[in-house]
Amino acid sequence: MSLSDFLQRAMSRWMRDGGPDDDIVLTSRIRVARNVQGYPFPILQTDSHASDVIEMVGKAIEAAPVKELGQYELIRCRDLSALDRQVLVEKHLISPDLAEQEKHGAVVLRDDELVSIMVNEEDHIRIQCILPGMRLDDAWKLATSIDDALENKLVYAFHEKYGYLTACPTNVGTGIRASVMMHLPGLVLSGSINRLLSAVSQVGLAVRGIYGEGSESFGNLFQVSNQITLGETEEEIIGNLQSVVYQLIEHERNARQQLLQRNRTQLEDRVSRSFGILAYARRMDSRETLERLSDVRLGIDLGIIQGVSAGILKELMVTTQPAFLQKYFSRELSASERDVRRAALIRERLRLDDTEVHG
Amino acid sequence: MLCERCHERAATVHVTKIVNGEKTGYHLCEQCAKEQGEIMHPFISGNAFDFNKLLSGLLNMESSSGFAPAQTTQLRCSSCGMTYNQFTQLGRFGCPDCYESFSSRLEPLLRRIQTGNSHTGKVPVKSGHTIAQQRQLEMLRRELQQAVVDENFERAAELRDQIRALEQGADE
Repeated sequence: MSLSDFLQRAMSRWMRDGGPDDDIVLTSRIRVARNVQGYPFPILQTDSHASDVIEMVGKAIEAAPVKELGQYELIRCRDLSALDRQVLVEKHLISPDLAEQEKHGAVVLRDDELVSIMVNEEDHIRIQCILPGMRLDDAWKLATSIDDALENKLVYAFHEKYGYLTACPTNVGTGIRASVMMHLPGLVLSGSINRLLSAVSQVGLAVRGIYGEGSESFGNLFQVSNQITLGETEEEIIGNLQSVVYQLIEHERNARQQLLQRNRTQLEDRVSRSFGILAYARRMDSRETLERLSDVRLGIDLGIIQGVSAGILKELMVTTQPAFLQKYFSRELSASERDVRRAALIRERLRLDDTEVHG
Repeated sequence: MLCERCHERAATVHVTKIVNGEKTGYHLCEQCAKEQGEIMHPFISGNAFDFNKLLSGLLNMESSSGFAPAQTTQLRCSSCGMTYNQFTQLGRFGCPDCYESFSSRLEPLLRRIQTGNSHTGKVPVKSGHTIAQQRQLEMLRRELQQAVVDENFERAAELRDQIRALEQGADE
C-alpha cells in the first residue's frame, strides 16, 4: 500500500482537517464521564457486570437517537490485538488505561473518529469528542447530544446534590473534562512559557506537556484543561477555559512576531535546519522528530517554509509513534529499527508535498 | 537545561524548597536527584504526576489531623463493601452509593478539590425528572404535615390528592 493510501485510511478527521486558530490550537476535546445506575464502578466490576454494561451501551448505540448522530461501531478490547489498541491510543481515541483493560474494556467509534466512547475504563462510560482547531463549543454540543441520546436507553447514576457520580471525586458533578492541545513554540523560545503556565494553573486549569514526562514537554505541545468539575456549569467551565486559551493564543502570536522581527536569521536558520534534517536524516528518534516537526510547523506558520501542508505536525506526530510505524511496515520493530523506519516514513511523507524553503 | 550537580545530563527534576519562608530552587538530573535523596517525593517517582497519590495524600493528611482513626476505619459502603480506608488508598469509589455512605467525610474533601459542593450543571432527562418529582413530593408532604398541625383540613385534603396524583404518575 502506498503511503498516501495508508494515511488516507489510517488518519482520524482531527488529524487531517483544519479549524479555527489551528496555527496554534491543534485540537479541542471534550470528555464526559457517566456511570450506569445500580452497577459498581469498573474498579469493583465482575465479568458479568462488565458484560452487562457493554451490552447496555451496545443497545443504546443501536437505538434511533444515537443512530441519527452517525455510524457507530462497538468493539471489545479483547477482540483487538495489543498493537491495534496501541494505535487507538496513539490516535488519542482511547486512553492507555483502557488499552490495558483487555478483559472488561470496550470502545465505540464513530466512522469519522471524531467521537469515541470508552466503556469500562475508570468510569462505565466516557464520551469523547475531538475536533480540529479551536472548537470547544462545537465539541461540547456534540458530546452533550450523544450523552442525551445514550441516556434514552440508560439510567445514569446521578445525585441530586453531587450531580453525575463518578469513580473518582475529581470528576464528580458535570463529569466534564475540556481540553485544548496547543502548539506554543513562540512562548517556549522567548522563555515566557513557565510564567504563563503557572498563571494558568492558578485559575483552576491544568497544563501539561503532551509528550515527555512531568514538567518537560517535547515539541512545544501543551494540553490545557479544566480541573474543577463540581460547582460550575458545563458552559462556565468551557467558557473559563476558552478565555484563557484565547489569551494564550494572543501571547503566542505576539511572541512569534517578536521573534521574527528581532531574530529573523536565527529563526530561519533553526527552521530550515530542522526541515533539512527531517527531509534527509536516516535515523530519527521520537523526541527529535517532535522537536523538528515543531520547528517546521512554526516555519510554515511564519511563511519561511512553503508548500508543506500545515497539517504535517498533527499527522506525523501520530503516524511516527511506535504502534503506527509497526502497522505501516506491518511487522514488529525494535526501537532502533523504528528510528530507521521513522526517518524513512518522514522523508517519504515530505516528498508527497511540493516543498520550497524561502530565505 | 543541564543538571546543576553533574553538568552532564539534562535536568529533569526541579526541586523547590521553602525553609522558614525562604525559597530556594535547583535543577538536577534524575540520577543526581536520586543520589541526593531528593527523589523521595511521591510525585516524582513513577513516570508521571500521579493524581491518585496526591488524592490519597490529601485524604490521609485529613485523617491524621482531627478525626479519630477508629471512627473512619469502620465506615463501609453497604452496597459494594468498600471501606473508607480502601477509598483513601485507591482514590476511587467502588459504586455510586459510596457517595452517600461516605458523605460525612466527603464534604471536606470536595471543598479541597472542587470549587463548590453542589452540582449546578446539566441534569439527565430521565433520572433528573424523577429527582425533580421527589423534591416536589417532599415539599408537598411537609406542607401536608403543617396543614394537619394547623387543622386546616380543607388544604390537607387538597395536598393529599396532589401527592396521590404525583405518586401514581411516578408509577406509570
